[in-house]
Amino acid sequence: MNKEEYNELVKKVTPKEHTFKNCFIAFVVGGFIGVLATLIHEVLTKTFGVSMDDAAIWVIIILIGMSSLLTGLGFFDDWFTKSKSGLLIPITGFAHSMTSSSLEYKKEGLITGIGANTFKLAGSVILYGIIAAFLFTVIKVVFFL
Amino acid sequence: MIYLNAFLLVGIICVIGQLIIDNTKLTNGHITSIFVVLGALLSFLGFYDYLTEYSFIGSKVPITSFGNLLYKACLEGYMENGILGMFTNLLTTTSAGISSAVIFAFICTIFFKPKN
Repeated sequence: MNKEEYNELVKKVTPKEHTFKNCFIAFVVGGFIGVLATLIHEVLTKTFGVSMDDAAIWVIIILIGMSSLLTGLGFFDDWFTKSKSGLLIPITGFAHSMTSSSLEYKKEGLITGIGANTFKLAGSVILYGIIAAFLFTVIKVVFFL
Repeated sequence: MIYLNAFLLVGIICVIGQLIIDNTKLTNGHITSIFVVLGALLSFLGFYDYLTEYSFIGSKVPITSFGNLLYKACLEGYMENGILGMFTNLLTTTSAGISSAVIFAFICTIFFKPKN
């Protein structure tokens, strides 16, 4: 079998992704997370009288706590694959990646298991976030101030 | 109205992520990293404030807000305290997200067993 035939075979065997359907699911699930966040925010500001900015931080903490808990209980992995990027892009994806990777390596012990693997997936978010923020600030300071 | 705006904003950001996943070979890890950098870039270009104006909470929930907050904190640190401020201030506003994720992840790992 030469390379072209092989490529054709791969193309045939690879399951076709239904982009439209995936996007629709991601849109609805992501939107639902947005609505849920707004609801929590409204309750905090209107009922408990928390300030807008503080309530926004509480919303993030509550969402992270909820997705960690659901990951621990074992529901979230399944939902995560089904909802496509709907749960990945919101902050829930960040919390899920941390909890799931530290749970997965729990049996290897406290240090080499949990300690070394908690940031395995979430680490890249923090790393590139910091690098990007730092670089953009340097550019801003050098060229625009 | 705020509910609809939040729905649309978070939904559309998720769709953009899904389009990238479906049409390229990038994995979930790539997507989240790209979106954080994208958030910092939008903040740098001054576009992120429009998103916050459109939907206050909707702009905080996606992972892009991480990049936005990091950039804003870093710049604010420079304004207040010069180059030292960039280092001391960079993680201040994202602290809530990172700390709570670590704390909840650790507690859940202690109390729960992996599924398989």
